[in-house]
Amino acid sequence: MKYLTEFRDNDLVQKLLYEIHQITTRPWAMMEVCGGQTHSIIRNGIDQLLPPEIELIHGPGCPVCVTPLETIDKALAIAAQPNVIFCSFGDMLRVPGSDHDLFAVKSQGGDIRIVYSPLDALKVARDNPDKQVVFFGIGFETTAPANAQALVVAKKQGLKNFSMLVSHVLVPPAIEALMQSPTCRVQAFLAAGHVCSVMGYWQYEPLAEKYHVPIVVTGFEPLDVLNGVYHAVLQLEASRHEVENAYSRAVQREGNLPAQKVMQDVFEVCDRTWRGIGMIPQSGWQLNAAYRDMDAAIRFQVGDIHTQESAICRSGEVLQGLIKPHLCPAFGKECTPSKPLGATMVSSEGACAAYYNYGRFIEHEQVAP
Amino acid sequence: MIDFDNWVCPLPLRDYPQIVMGHGGGGKLSNDLVEHLFVPAFHNPMLSSLADGAALAVGGQRLAFSTDSYVVRPLFFPGGSIADLAINGTVNDLAMLGATPLFLSVGMILEEGLPMNTLGSLVDLLATAARIANVQVVTGDTKVVDKGHGDQIYINTSGVGLIPAGIDIAPQNARPGDQILISGTIGDHGMAIMSVREGLEFESPIRSDSAPLNGLVAAMLQCSTNIHVLRDPTRGGVASSLNEIAKSAGVGIALDERQFPVRPEVAAACELLGMDPLYVANEGKLLAIVAPEDADAILETMRQHPLGQDAAIIGEVVSEHRGKVTSRTGIGGTRVVAMQIGEQLPRIC
Repeated sequence: MKYLTEFRDNDLVQKLLYEIHQITTRPWAMMEVCGGQTHSIIRNGIDQLLPPEIELIHGPGCPVCVTPLETIDKALAIAAQPNVIFCSFGDMLRVPGSDHDLFAVKSQGGDIRIVYSPLDALKVARDNPDKQVVFFGIGFETTAPANAQALVVAKKQGLKNFSMLVSHVLVPPAIEALMQSPTCRVQAFLAAGHVCSVMGYWQYEPLAEKYHVPIVVTGFEPLDVLNGVYHAVLQLEASRHEVENAYSRAVQREGNLPAQKVMQDVFEVCDRTWRGIGMIPQSGWQLNAAYRDMDAAIRFQVGDIHTQESAICRSGEVLQGLIKPHLCPAFGKECTPSKPLGATMVSSEGACAAYYNYGRFIEHEQVAP
Repeated sequence: MIDFDNWVCPLPLRDYPQIVMGHGGGGKLSNDLVEHLFVPAFHNPMLSSLADGAALAVGGQRLAFSTDSYVVRPLFFPGGSIADLAINGTVNDLAMLGATPLFLSVGMILEEGLPMNTLGSLVDLLATAARIANVQVVTGDTKVVDKGHGDQIYINTSGVGLIPAGIDIAPQNARPGDQILISGTIGDHGMAIMSVREGLEFESPIRSDSAPLNGLVAAMLQCSTNIHVLRDPTRGGVASSLNEIAKSAGVGIALDERQFPVRPEVAAACELLGMDPLYVANEGKLLAIVAPEDADAILETMRQHPLGQDAAIIGEVVSEHRGKVTSRTGIGGTRVVAMQIGEQLPRIC
């Protein structure tokens, strides 16, 4: 637990909180981009310790939650085919498609396995040469290098029975899409530290400049999150808008160049739909021409599956901090944690699920069901 | 005769046309099955208390009766085996009613092809565990199923015990002001199993905590007559047990995370897999909810028992946020400890 407990030290947390209280003079709304940061904030109760002026808006950065309905329906169709072993990160199993989830496919006899890395899925492919092994390649720029590497290795080793259903999403276009909305209330971003450790943070510099918004590269432990908040408030109070690195123990400006290289070898940028938000141009990665033969969507001919996102779900507005979850007409009716319509209800840390389930009932007792 | 054509699935079950693994996970899906299918079907006051076992008045005596089935894989793991779980699990369910466990049945479903040596070892372990727990196996049953129709061996145990006069321990008895005690480190069993399954290696291997708790309970009952609730937090962990108690007693529960006893290797394994020890299974720990005036004495008694050396007071029952469990975090914030929906899954981010 070394390198973790140090960043949860209560004395240091209290000191930093004191500093934040000292420098905050006005209301500020900032968005933590990554689901991992949201998890840390809720898990540690960080939001309740901040000055009341600071509003944390939970961003779209949970890769599981934003995976579009259509991709999940494709995954379900592939996983249900005989002779397929479908490998996925664990938390993807529970996310419902149009009417069921991977657990349901498993209960009907589908061979679905939880893996911790795409390289584990490669091993499954090697151990089962008579089966088609499919890995569900989702995530932000963080999981992409390992997924790309798995494809490179599979190609090199001539593993004909391995393919990947790819639905990668990219952070900078999502930030840009949020900022382009004329009603967006976000005044600063806490950028996702692990994404930046791969991609660097030079990409954010034009965004900070164009939209006059501070972007602070932020980690995940309580001290990391507070340090990010501290630097964002300092900038906001001083009317500055720069890209700052508050996670320097893991992140460099140019990022991890070998990781970027392997991703360039395998992926190309594409338009991508985000669950509950809609299509964001140039916000995803798909396999490029050299690797298209390993695209599970093509190999298993599920390209014809087209699923519309819900028309009544307003999670896009929730994500922008425009409405509180309970003001969405679907909240608690058509949309619940076991039948979520939008990204914000899928994850237990999503704003809607937190409202529905438990999360904020202390502050919002009157609105919780 | 059940009218299958006109059987209407109760609402929360309708989302799942088939059983999924989460229905056995001890969280919300398991609860939905119990609440909306089993309890209405068998409706009676003994069942409706939803304790770990049933307390039955028979003649002048009060009997405790409980049953449990064991389907763990692998069969042998650091710190125990399916045999230890089968004896200790039912013994503990009886002990959580304040009963002295006496007699057990053992039913086995064997898969064709199970090595005789494996069965022999498991029966030996069953006998040893029963001896240690001071109970007798007095009846049993064996069935064999075709290869591929079972997973080597499933074991069911049922047990009866006697509840001493004057003891009234039930989830509904929790009341505001009560202190919440745990008998030792949390998450050991679940992470021991996960580590074996996932091939995780640590400097010291994580061992299951499987143990019979009737001795510890007897010592606690000697010490105080103000023990209101006992619960062994197995599947779904401490979080699920406390949520069930909060719901059935109509009280709130406020925990203090800094007081949770967690072994460093369990904490590390949880961190690695993105899991929360509060939701991880235990097989040799108990939660006790006790009157505040007796809490320190009971804690001391627990700590003097070999199975309670790491006992701690981890929270209290409150009159706010009824039906919900909250926890004060390591840095002084508050979080809600929700009922788990299905199985706990490793997180991607």
